[in-house]
Amino acid sequence: MDMDWMAWTAPTAIFFLCIALMLAGMTVWEVVSPTVEAKGFLPMRTTRGDRLFIGLLGSAFIHLGWLAATDASLWGASAVSLIWVALVIRFG
Amino acid sequence: MDKVQDNRAWFLIIPVFLIVAFSAVVPLMTVVNYSVQEIFGPGQTFFVGTEWFEAVLKDDRLHDALVRQIIYSLAVLAIEIPLGILIALGMPGGRSAKTSLTLVLLALPLLIPFNVVGTIWQIFGRGDIGLLGATFRAIGIDYNYTNNSAHAWVTVLVMDVWHWTSLVALLCYAGLQSIPPAFYQAAKIDGASKWAVFRYIQLPKMRGVLIIAVLLRFMDSFMIYTEPFVLTGGGPGNSTTFLSQYLTQMAVGQFDIGKAAAFSIVYFLIVLLFSFIFYTIITRTGEGEKK
Repeated sequence: MDMDWMAWTAPTAIFFLCIALMLAGMTVWEVVSPTVEAKGFLPMRTTRGDRLFIGLLGSAFIHLGWLAATDASLWGASAVSLIWVALVIRFG
Repeated sequence: MDKVQDNRAWFLIIPVFLIVAFSAVVPLMTVVNYSVQEIFGPGQTFFVGTEWFEAVLKDDRLHDALVRQIIYSLAVLAIEIPLGILIALGMPGGRSAKTSLTLVLLALPLLIPFNVVGTIWQIFGRGDIGLLGATFRAIGIDYNYTNNSAHAWVTVLVMDVWHWTSLVALLCYAGLQSIPPAFYQAAKIDGASKWAVFRYIQLPKMRGVLIIAVLLRFMDSFMIYTEPFVLTGGGPGNSTTFLSQYLTQMAVGQFDIGKAAAFSIVYFLIVLLFSFIFYTIITRTGEGEKK
């Protein structure tokens, strides 16, 4: 099938592959050990999926904020995002 | 008896999964791909990394449009939600000709296409031939939505209220009709005031439909395009240029596909964030009262 119209690039393909792997991993984790709603530092009770969503949405805004505020390498934003996602999933 | 596990039901969601994939996921992935490239035409694309995102995030016109958009959407919610609830509370209940007539009258604005609504208000507001414009002039108000930003804003806002408050009212009315009469009888026996009936019976029972109303009205107003485009064309100046109109100018007017794609993603993330916040607040409100 011709996929030229989607104008794929290697970075965006890797990005979507990571998202797909993350969702697949979360599905397996859910089957092996079903999530329980918990209350952490976030202002509401959340499931594991909620925390992943909040983590990813937050990461998107961390990257946008980084781009708007500084000319430093975007890897810095990715590092901050990784810490943010880990914190939200573990303590959120 | 042991619970029977049957996972065949998962097959039933395949059609929905395919429809969502082709109508939302694949186009969104394409927009992400476009946002990191300079697009000159089919097969003529060059990777530019995050350049478009930087350009969009440092664009003052976009900042202005975003501020206008947030103020506009909050104003729409602040007016349409209370007004819709009030109208629903005042509507006749039960099955009668009066109820049917009210429902039809309320549904009428919802049936009018967006561009026709814009045209109606464009004529309605004109000082020479429009009823609203001529009335304002007759009472001595120099109303002109084509060269006065405040007048343009109020007109766009009132037009939205006229077009969409019915939706909120009809949803709230459906919520009110689902309350069993026993609740009202119990309140009457307890001597509850009208406010107490509203606060402790009607409002909690309307929570489900209000979630839908707030989310629909927020998302719709945040993505508004056709009505202000027809009514004011985004003017005077840029005073009623909202995000989607600015996006369209970029994508269609300037054919700046890469930058428009980056803009679309930022726009999508903002809508997602606000919708998530509203949804979380509304669904969690009242949880404590239930426990």
